[in-house]
Amino acid sequence: MTRPDPLDDSAGDRNRRLVASLLDGDHRALARVISRIEDRAPGHRDLVSRLYPRTGDAEVVGITGSPGAGKSTLVDKLAAAYRDRGDTVGVVAVDPASPYSGGSVLGDRIRMAATVGDMDVFVRSMSARGRLGGLSTATTDAVNALDAFGKDVVLVETVGAGQNEVDIVRTADTVAVVAQPGSGDDVQMLKAGILEIGDVFVVNKADMNGVDRLIADLEEMLHRGGSGGAPVSAGGHHGASVGANTPETGPGGGDSAGRESGSDPGTGGDIPSWDPRVVTTVATGGDGIGDLVDAFDAHASYLQESGAGRERARSRYAAEIRRLIREDANALLDAEIRRRGGVDALAERVLAGDTDPYTVASEVVEPIADIVNDGRLPREATDDAGDTADDSNNAADERGPDGDA
Amino acid sequence: MSADSGGERARPVRCLIAKVGLDGHDRGAHVIARAFRDAGFEVVYSGLHRAPEEIVQAAVQEDVDVLGLSILSGAHNTLVPKVIEGLEEYGARSDTLLIVGGIIPEADRDGLRDMGVAAVFGPGTPMQETIDFVRENVRPRPDDPV
Repeated sequence: MTRPDPLDDSAGDRNRRLVASLLDGDHRALARVISRIEDRAPGHRDLVSRLYPRTGDAEVVGITGSPGAGKSTLVDKLAAAYRDRGDTVGVVAVDPASPYSGGSVLGDRIRMAATVGDMDVFVRSMSARGRLGGLSTATTDAVNALDAFGKDVVLVETVGAGQNEVDIVRTADTVAVVAQPGSGDDVQMLKAGILEIGDVFVVNKADMNGVDRLIADLEEMLHRGGSGGAPVSAGGHHGASVGANTPETGPGGGDSAGRESGSDPGTGGDIPSWDPRVVTTVATGGDGIGDLVDAFDAHASYLQESGAGRERARSRYAAEIRRLIREDANALLDAEIRRRGGVDALAERVLAGDTDPYTVASEVVEPIADIVNDGRLPREATDDAGDTADDSNNAADERGPDGDA
Repeated sequence: MSADSGGERARPVRCLIAKVGLDGHDRGAHVIARAFRDAGFEVVYSGLHRAPEEIVQAAVQEDVDVLGLSILSGAHNTLVPKVIEGLEEYGARSDTLLIVGGIIPEADRDGLRDMGVAAVFGPGTPMQETIDFVRENVRPRPDDPV
């Protein structure tokens, strides 16, 4: 069996041991595996592929919303509710990092109070660490580790502030968007890309003024089509712009891990659409948490029964494969740039007036483009190849449908 | 090499700053958490009134390099051994750098060090001293390639 990155024996042994301990229920091994995944440490890909066969059983719920909406408190109460019915729970809480020092204060544990001392709730804080696309990869892999460990439910919490965060929650099976009343801009914020990915909308702090207004606003946006690509679920399908190209899905997108595109008019009505639910809660007092769990369960069975879950999984894998290939291609390009003396040296040539950025870019990419265009990738090596060829295997597979003869 | 594809990225120092026991004074913990953040560390903050078991749970799950206990209640001789015991139970004792800050009488400090506390930082310790201590004493991970 091929492995994603070439490992020496000791690293391979270490990964085998780590995975064995993790599957054996060792919390420390799970923590260590997530660290290696998060650090993108040498051999982490091998680690993740060893875990992959054991994944797929957890119900993954993404929870997003503006800062202060009550996400951490909700996650805490949800974890307690799941524990009460006997489910084991994993939590991945993503916090931003300082753009200046790269450091961060991860405060989500402060709200974890209902499940303290219960090791069957495994909470892991992750820093964005200033990386871009890689964050969602690291988060997905951490979720996989928790899944393989045997967690029944994995909650992924992130501030819904940008594309990066949206990309994280959309890797979940069910996406909950948390809003609070009294901040009129909240719904405005939600419009910008988050409304489309919500399966369940949580109106938290429902004991505050302005709840009715917020619910009305949400319902209107969800059910009357709204503007800017909001789902038109009342009409039985979603906005055509759902799943449009994003940095994650890239060109040829449309395979977003977001809402089921199968409900688009174009693909017919094989898969019934999901009507997003609005649930009100007061997380601090635990009100509405049961309703919220019910809504998540309802969405989970919808995914299961309608076939939308498979679609979602497919598009999630597609996005992940694309992302990994892009990471690999970037690494190859970086190596090529280094071979040519580094990007500063190239810039110096432009500065000296010898050339221009476009020409430089073409020069660097040309040899790679030649190989791709000539179809000289070792396709026949895909099945029996050794470990090192694995990256190019992926690339070859990806090109397959286009035909490369 | 891009940040995600290789293994060359330096792992930031991961810390848990924890308030243990019945002790509501968290200014010091906040200040040190921010100083660590500004030093480029990843700081998990526990919040107030944590039981030793909760701190152990957090330290293990977060896989921290450094556990900083802030204690101003005078209960350090009771609480610190409980935390250490818990870390041992999960096999996390040997590679977690344990430091204590707060009001610790001089007479108790040697005792804490004997238990396995790497350093005690009292009031007035320059921030940089603590940061430098952590940088110099963070323990290598046993399963890291040597």
